[in-house]
Amino acid sequence: MSTAAPLDVAVVKRDFPVLGRSVHGRPLVYLDSAATSQKPASVLDAMDAYYRETNANVHRGVYEMAADATERFEAGRTAVARLVGAPREGTIFTKNATEAINLVAWAWGARNLSSGDEIVVTQMEHHSNIVPWQLVAEMTGARVRFAPVTPDGELDMDGLRALIGSATRMVAVVHVSNVLGTINPVPEVARMAREVGALCLADGSQSVPHMPVDFDELDVDFLAFTGHKMLGPTGIGVLVGRPAILDEMEPFLGGGEMISDVREDGSTWNDLPWKFEAGTPPIAEAVGLGAAVEYLEGFGMDAVRAHEREMARTLLDGLAEVPGLVVHGPTDPDRRGAAVSFSLPDVHPHDLAQHLDQDGVAVRAGHHCAKPLMRVLKVPATSRASAYLYNDARDVEVLVAALGRARSYFAT
Amino acid sequence: MGGLDDLYQEIILDHYRNQRNTGRLDDATVAVDQNNPLCGDEIHLELHIDDGRLTEVAHSGEGCSISQSSASMMSEALAGKTEDEALDLVEHFRLVMHGEQDADEDRLGDAIALEGVAKYPVRIKCALLSWMAAKDAILTHRSGDQTGG
Ligand SMILES: Cc1ncc(COP(=O)(O)O)c(C=O)c1O
Repeated sequence: MSTAAPLDVAVVKRDFPVLGRSVHGRPLVYLDSAATSQKPASVLDAMDAYYRETNANVHRGVYEMAADATERFEAGRTAVARLVGAPREGTIFTKNATEAINLVAWAWGARNLSSGDEIVVTQMEHHSNIVPWQLVAEMTGARVRFAPVTPDGELDMDGLRALIGSATRMVAVVHVSNVLGTINPVPEVARMAREVGALCLADGSQSVPHMPVDFDELDVDFLAFTGHKMLGPTGIGVLVGRPAILDEMEPFLGGGEMISDVREDGSTWNDLPWKFEAGTPPIAEAVGLGAAVEYLEGFGMDAVRAHEREMARTLLDGLAEVPGLVVHGPTDPDRRGAAVSFSLPDVHPHDLAQHLDQDGVAVRAGHHCAKPLMRVLKVPATSRASAYLYNDARDVEVLVAALGRARSYFAT
Repeated sequence: MGGLDDLYQEIILDHYRNQRNTGRLDDATVAVDQNNPLCGDEIHLELHIDDGRLTEVAHSGEGCSISQSSASMMSEALAGKTEDEALDLVEHFRLVMHGEQDADEDRLGDAIALEGVAKYPVRIKCALLSWMAAKDAILTHRSGDQTGG
């Protein structure tokens, strides 16, 4: 696996129709894949073919088209489960990563937490791995605690260890930070959780798309991720859970599809994973996500990760050429993904992103849904360039040149 | 870079680099804080209101060139106005930003330069932040409170 062939980015780029467009008369340089990835033609085609050839509701009709739709939908699940080494019955489709985390917070947390219990998260979480816990904590009397981040943007493992104790019931941690790019040692965190009898959830939104991730190796109880950041469509996310725990949990949303029987005096639940999939699921989206997984598997996640390690290095080297620019997060490409946040003195991220847009360069400016982390970094907002398998060194050159121009434009 | 120069006129960059009326007042009548949750821009605005007239306007905070220059221009445009005049002017500026009214240079002063922001929907909130804070401050004052936001 580790001898994967390197990516030929020129070829990869051609698989992504939108990358051929221009913006303000300049070729698009898309460096915002941490917000959402672009989609290869194979994903668009699979979704289009589903609607054109065999659109029908799933798990219901007896006619051939419905059987075909169900087959394509469930094939999407099989592909996703295979990608992360998860059991099919523990692979639940949700709307996005946010809903996947909410599912755990409500279906597990609301029923199992009580006053005095603690949920441990980190200061580098996305809001989607903070707010659901705060809501459930407010309802149950539990408390949310935040493990600190070191000045160089890594998870403070001693600080985390100090927080985890007999009151801890859940440790919820981001696998790869969408702001800092930091890769967190999730298996070690999961071990710390298990030692005190707590569960562990990993937010894999920024790891599953970019590197080999194996549910068993992570050793967590839950893994959440989102389709649109991994070349798939919006409207679909995934929660992987240990079947033994999912079996014990009550459903999250109620309705069609998730039931075994419905009577006036109560209902019983469908088998896993459908017990957690109320209503008509995102069918075309599951088909598209399956195609996205197959596209990634065509290169192998080792090759994707190797490319992104190089992109992280290229980005860090390129950004270091810009006078005064400060990178937030690890500077060792081995310890980080290819989402790189930075600050440029005297140029607000908003102004910077607007200026870069004029050069066709798409980067993100803002708090990246991580306001607690912004407070730790003592910045109101940052700019972030994030690469994926379709970016190359040329994209970074265009970015760095545009940064230089923006800097002189706003210089005081 | 024609498009950008429309947005970032020299006068905007000037107000951004050399902001007018920043800081705090010794004897503010009313103070408010507002922020733009989308991008983290923040403003703290203080007014001294004497006999229904805004005698002093002071702002501080953090944000992009559009929100900061807009605050600077707002402070100049509103200083000396009566509460009603100020509220009318805030409303005029809001309608200009939303492209629903032609800008009146006599009333807006330097803030006329922000007219181009109307073409950049995501930046309209940046330009409006300080003006909405001013409205909030005046209404807060009228309701008899000293702080709002
Ligand atoms: C680390 C992380 N977690 C969660 C999310 C939420 O993803 P979604 O909005 O698709 O639920 C994101 C995306 O912004 C993210 O970067």
